[in-house]
Amino acid sequence: MLGRTLQEVSAALKQGQITPTELCQKCLSLIKKTKFLNAYITVSEEVALKQAEESEKRYKNGQSLGDLDGIPVAVKDNFSTSGIETTCASNMLKGYIPPYNATVVQKLLDQGALLMGKTNLDEFAMGSGSTDGIFGPVKNPWSYSKQYREKRKQNPHSKNEDSDWLITGGSSGGSAAAVSAFTCYAALGSDTGGSTRNPAAHCGLVGFKPSYGLVSRHGLIPLVNSMDVPGILTRCVDDAAIVLGALAGPDPKDSTTVHDPINKPFMLPSLADVSKLCIGIPKEYLIPELSSEVRSLWSKAADLFESEGAKVLEVSLPHTSYSIVCYHVLCTSEVASNMARFDGLQYGHRCDINVSTEAMYAATRREGFNDVVRGRILSGNFFLLKENYENYFVKAQKVRRLIANDFVNAFNSGVDVLLTPTTLSEAVPYLEFIKEDNRTRSAQDDIFTQAVNMAGLPAVSIPVALSNQGLPIGLQFIGRAFCDQQLLTVAKWFEKQVQFPVIQLQELMDDCSAVLENEKSASVSLKQ
Amino acid sequence: MTQKPRKGEHKWAAVVGLEIHAQISSNSKLFSGSQVRFSAPPNSLVSFFDASLPGTLPVLNRRCVEAAVMTGLALNCHINKKSLFDRKHYFYADLPAGYQITQQRLPIAVNGSLTYGVCAGKKQSQVIPKTVRIKQIQLEQDSGKSLHDDLRSQTLIDLNRAEGQLRVDANISVHHPGEPLGVRTEVKNLNSIRFLAKAIDYEIQRQINELENGGEILNETRSFHYQLGCTMSMRDKEGKQDYRFMPEPNLPPLVLYDATSLPAGADPQQVINIDQIRETLPELPSVTRERLVQQYGMLLEHSFTLLNEVGLLEFFQNVIKETRAEPKKVTSWVLNTFLGYLKQQNLAVSESPVTPSALAELLDLLDSRTISSAAAKQVFEELWKREGKTPGQIVSEKQLELMEDRGALEQLCHSMMEAHPQVVMDLKKGNPRAINKLIGLVRKATQSRADPAMIKEILEKKLSS
Repeated sequence: MLGRTLQEVSAALKQGQITPTELCQKCLSLIKKTKFLNAYITVSEEVALKQAEESEKRYKNGQSLGDLDGIPVAVKDNFSTSGIETTCASNMLKGYIPPYNATVVQKLLDQGALLMGKTNLDEFAMGSGSTDGIFGPVKNPWSYSKQYREKRKQNPHSKNEDSDWLITGGSSGGSAAAVSAFTCYAALGSDTGGSTRNPAAHCGLVGFKPSYGLVSRHGLIPLVNSMDVPGILTRCVDDAAIVLGALAGPDPKDSTTVHDPINKPFMLPSLADVSKLCIGIPKEYLIPELSSEVRSLWSKAADLFESEGAKVLEVSLPHTSYSIVCYHVLCTSEVASNMARFDGLQYGHRCDINVSTEAMYAATRREGFNDVVRGRILSGNFFLLKENYENYFVKAQKVRRLIANDFVNAFNSGVDVLLTPTTLSEAVPYLEFIKEDNRTRSAQDDIFTQAVNMAGLPAVSIPVALSNQGLPIGLQFIGRAFCDQQLLTVAKWFEKQVQFPVIQLQELMDDCSAVLENEKSASVSLKQ
Repeated sequence: MTQKPRKGEHKWAAVVGLEIHAQISSNSKLFSGSQVRFSAPPNSLVSFFDASLPGTLPVLNRRCVEAAVMTGLALNCHINKKSLFDRKHYFYADLPAGYQITQQRLPIAVNGSLTYGVCAGKKQSQVIPKTVRIKQIQLEQDSGKSLHDDLRSQTLIDLNRAEGQLRVDANISVHHPGEPLGVRTEVKNLNSIRFLAKAIDYEIQRQINELENGGEILNETRSFHYQLGCTMSMRDKEGKQDYRFMPEPNLPPLVLYDATSLPAGADPQQVINIDQIRETLPELPSVTRERLVQQYGMLLEHSFTLLNEVGLLEFFQNVIKETRAEPKKVTSWVLNTFLGYLKQQNLAVSESPVTPSALAELLDLLDSRTISSAAAKQVFEELWKREGKTPGQIVSEKQLELMEDRGALEQLCHSMMEAHPQVVMDLKKGNPRAINKLIGLVRKATQSRADPAMIKEILEKKLSS
């Protein structure tokens, strides 16, 4: 049951094959078993069981709230959850218990979803590995998969089983691990420069970034207000669409959400005619650092579309090479501003010094933030200084406009959807990853994903195939602004074609019979 | 080394700019839904956003925008159809987010003006109209309130937000006319008109003295010491502040419409129409004053007085409505007698024991020459005692009716003249004051019921015959 899709489980609940409480308990049990993955910061066991009880009552009375009723979900620990500790994996907010729910969390709860817990991340969502939080790094479940282990045994130099575990990618690594290890059916991440898509690619999941303005950010503790969006991690595209249907829509508490009516629910049609599609391949994304395996899969994917009659065009996004620097300036500037509120006065960590306000602020912030956060604050403040503002911030804003225009031009040339890699390669071992610092890694790993955030476009990472090492590789589709439904429709078709394998984690799952005995275990079953 | 100018050699001109912080009258705050209420217990009106809880976002209050547009229109400003919000960063305990949301790049209204009157001349009775430029109006978030507890070396913060007061920062510089503007200083946080004037005057003089003694003015912030009446440098407290302005990313540009640019089918809840707001503006004071001068022939200074007292204009207009008396008479009675009584007893117009109807009736009696003006003053005093009597009743009771009988009056004058030959002699000698004495005597004899003008006329006639 835990290996099923959200859609399948929802049907099972409605048919009474399983109860919300049973489901909840299975997930909680698996969470305990997979504790070593360090995916969860807080497991909200009592809350979840209570919610399960209520869901069960509703099902008994034939009054289910919808597809999400009774479905275990997890939420990244940078979303405000009422009564449940919200830390952002930082000392600054350790012990902080918000008095309100983020809008997206509230929407999930209103639909009857069961909140299993808050997931791990890089501190304040700054990072691409989910390795730099105070609760330690998240381990990629694929490190323990049969697919990976079998390939490792072929390597005569393989060391102690657990010392070379792989990163999940980041910063929403905890959410990705939680879904990937079957402890929940969907998880919320956030995406500022790729933080949902990157771990999705490394963990073999669907990682969806909605259009900026489609989903409310109220309650999402901000990294970069003008680029952040809540992200969705699921095991298949239909599941992501179900969650998006629950979350999308204007929020009076978030003035950056748009008011145009959204078609609800987000039912995805089957893509009728692929031959009407035009796929764009940005030539600037073919860079030397791209691993040959990813490049090969990218090429095969383009061929797949072409063979089905779609038009596949090379397009140019000429300002791509400036996007990393531009992102760096704008991101650090907003970070410096957003972090100014963490002074220990109203909430969160406060140091012991009370000699003066200034001394207290300085010590609180030094103790509360890690090096990555402090580094970005210092950079950001530098760029915002009066003498630097024009040359850095304003310049970066202008470059941002050019980058956004690149996409507009590409779409105006008849392209419906762009196809690019999500990451440079498959997930790397942690020991490998930490050889470079956070800033270097972020600059490298965000290369295919962050221009999308600067342009506010929807994008999704779809798992395509396993690498030679048995690890997931994903590819990214980028759509037009507010054409999220069209994007997901294309992604759904593609997903069906590639039939990405289910992760095999037998040792971890008691209740794996349904998955093992399933003859089509090599594909994600999408039974209606 | 340049030669020092002798003191007072060149004329000095001062330039003053005021930054006025005024709280908008609204039910809830500018960016959050929490209430605005006077004198609420500390931290009882604080929303999650006000406490800067992480993840909270600002939501613009419509009423505040309308108020800002109204203010802009009333001050003859150009209303910017698009204005922007910015973050102004600094660390202080009463600023929980570490920044204040304001409008630095592109405020909601610019380039306005205000005409006002300066009292001058003897007895400050002359009013000179002046105009001041309004550079801009911007919407801005207020900080919390700090209460310093020196005893316990701590500061208490109330995040309800500072309430009700007007706060002014004054920027002052001096220069010689024709030369470039001088270096300016800023005097912060003045909250009384009187102290504002004192601080400015002091600072102007300080700067002049400094410069005439060969010193220089620093571009600095100063505070005003109320007891000593002087400004003092705040140099050690703040260096040059860099506020690291940045656009507020959570608030899209504020777009306002007018009748021509309003999109068809726009939801009225979602848009603000400048023309519509303009229609709801009441008559502005300068227009009212002009109208009063034209319509009632009063002096400009009278119009200022009428408008500067709460409720007085309405009182005046109600009297005008109900009386036959000339407007000039009404003006005089309202501004001199009525206002005089109010001020003496420190009452507001709303607390007046004399209603417009009562005064109107009184003025009618005067106008119809039923009573003399002296009698009228007496009646007014009686009215003020709040005994519930009408002017008519008072006149009756106290028998204050003007003496109608001219013949009787002539008789009286005659007998008075006979009784006081010395006075008559003085009069004939050409002493002008003597006639007043005679008039006074006759009046007394009539118990003030005779019109002094008539008495005078009769006496003069008798004297000349």
